[in-house]
Amino acid sequence: MATIHPKLSDELSQTVVSSTKSVKIKIKRSNPNVNSEQKFDDFVVPIEKWTTVLDVLLDVKSHLDHSVGVRYSCRQASCGSCGMKINGKPGLACFTKISELDSDTVTVEPMDNYPVVRDLAVNMDRMINNHKKVMPYVIREDSEIDAESGIREFLQSPENVDKYIQFSSCIKCGLCNSACPTMAMDKSFVGPQALAQAYRYIADDRDKGKNKRLKIIDESHGIWRCHFAGSCSQVCPKGVDPAMGIQLLRGYLLGIRD
Amino acid sequence: MERETGAREGLKGWLHPGKIGKFGIERLAWLLMRLTGLGLLAYFIGHIYETSHILDGKAVWDKSLEMTQTTEGHLFLALVIGMCVFHTGNGIRLMIAQMGYGIGKAERPDYPYKPQSINMKGKACIYATLGMAALAMWYGMAVMFA
Ligand code: HEM
Ligand code: SF4
Ligand code: FES
Repeated sequence: MATIHPKLSDELSQTVVSSTKSVKIKIKRSNPNVNSEQKFDDFVVPIEKWTTVLDVLLDVKSHLDHSVGVRYSCRQASCGSCGMKINGKPGLACFTKISELDSDTVTVEPMDNYPVVRDLAVNMDRMINNHKKVMPYVIREDSEIDAESGIREFLQSPENVDKYIQFSSCIKCGLCNSACPTMAMDKSFVGPQALAQAYRYIADDRDKGKNKRLKIIDESHGIWRCHFAGSCSQVCPKGVDPAMGIQLLRGYLLGIRD
Repeated sequence: MERETGAREGLKGWLHPGKIGKFGIERLAWLLMRLTGLGLLAYFIGHIYETSHILDGKAVWDKSLEMTQTTEGHLFLALVIGMCVFHTGNGIRLMIAQMGYGIGKAERPDYPYKPQSINMKGKACIYATLGMAALAMWYGMAVMFA
């Protein structure tokens, strides 16, 4: 009988995994809790066309040096854990293929503008705190749970969803904040991540807390410290385009745009 | 806002030439905007000081004018012309963008997630401004060195 579907064994035998290529990965190592030493450790790891920077790091951890400090979770650009500087540019390790870097040596360093915890893992408290500060939720006096009528929804039109859905894709990876030149100098700047999130809720017509939120960002280390270098948007892996959100928010704050 | 306890890149984050390669022409425009802004401010203060010599009589005034009649003086003035043109042109681009115009429209993001705020219109403006600054410097030098 003719086989319509290949047998499992046929399928497996078609999957040829033979690494003919390898990459040299230079990993910046440091442990500020112990001492101020910083160094690069080099490893050579076999790669395929689809190998990501995170795959390489996990390969190093499994087979060459298990002490490499790296934070990751989802491996699919969803959790925002694996942000780092890859060949000098902030990116997600799990979302960057070695093949697209076009280089035999890949250098990975922790993200700029964050304190290093160890090796590639950084402390993101400041970003998370600023994110919380802009009140990233729909603010209402009334509730979706109503004593008399039970549960109801705050309705909203598809057109309104289009206004903010882009900004709600943020995975809090922090790459934007690490690319931003204002973050490089200003200790207190709220940062592109939080500003884009402020706009996400301001553009949401269910939200009734716009004035409260605007007061938080309309201060000396708030929105006016953005000078539209655009670097946040160059590195955002989710198409949030924080620079767009910030300029739209500024237009709104100035009363020019609605 | 939350004050940070740890790392900041510092001036290297502003001036390192590698940043422009990684983050594009918009980052160069940002850096030049700062530098020309500060340069013009310094020139403005110097200019007030220089022109205040008019109160000290014709001889002192003529002498102070001579400062810019040298080759270095001409090159310096050409630089001021370039800074003026770039800062003004780029300033107008920034004012428009920072009011929320010319930066695209929010939409459902789709792979490969090209940011709309970093677009050809903006890039063309930056290149045109750089070109105009170069042209103005060239014209200024042609007049001064004639
Ligand atoms: C018509 C002429 C001018 C226009 C349209 C203009 C526009 C601007 C704009 C829009 C900014 C903010 C840029 C940003 O958001 O990053 C700026 C910054 C600045 N400008 Fe001007 N400006 C002009 C002339 C001048 C002059 C004559 C001086 C000096 C006396 C000057 C000094 C500065 C300084 C020091 C900054 C801060 C630099 C920065 O934030 O990057 N500007 N200008
Ligand atoms: S805006 Fe983009 S780069 Fe910034 S934290 Fe969110 S997903 Fe990451
Ligand atoms: S591991 Fe989750 S975003 Fe990379």
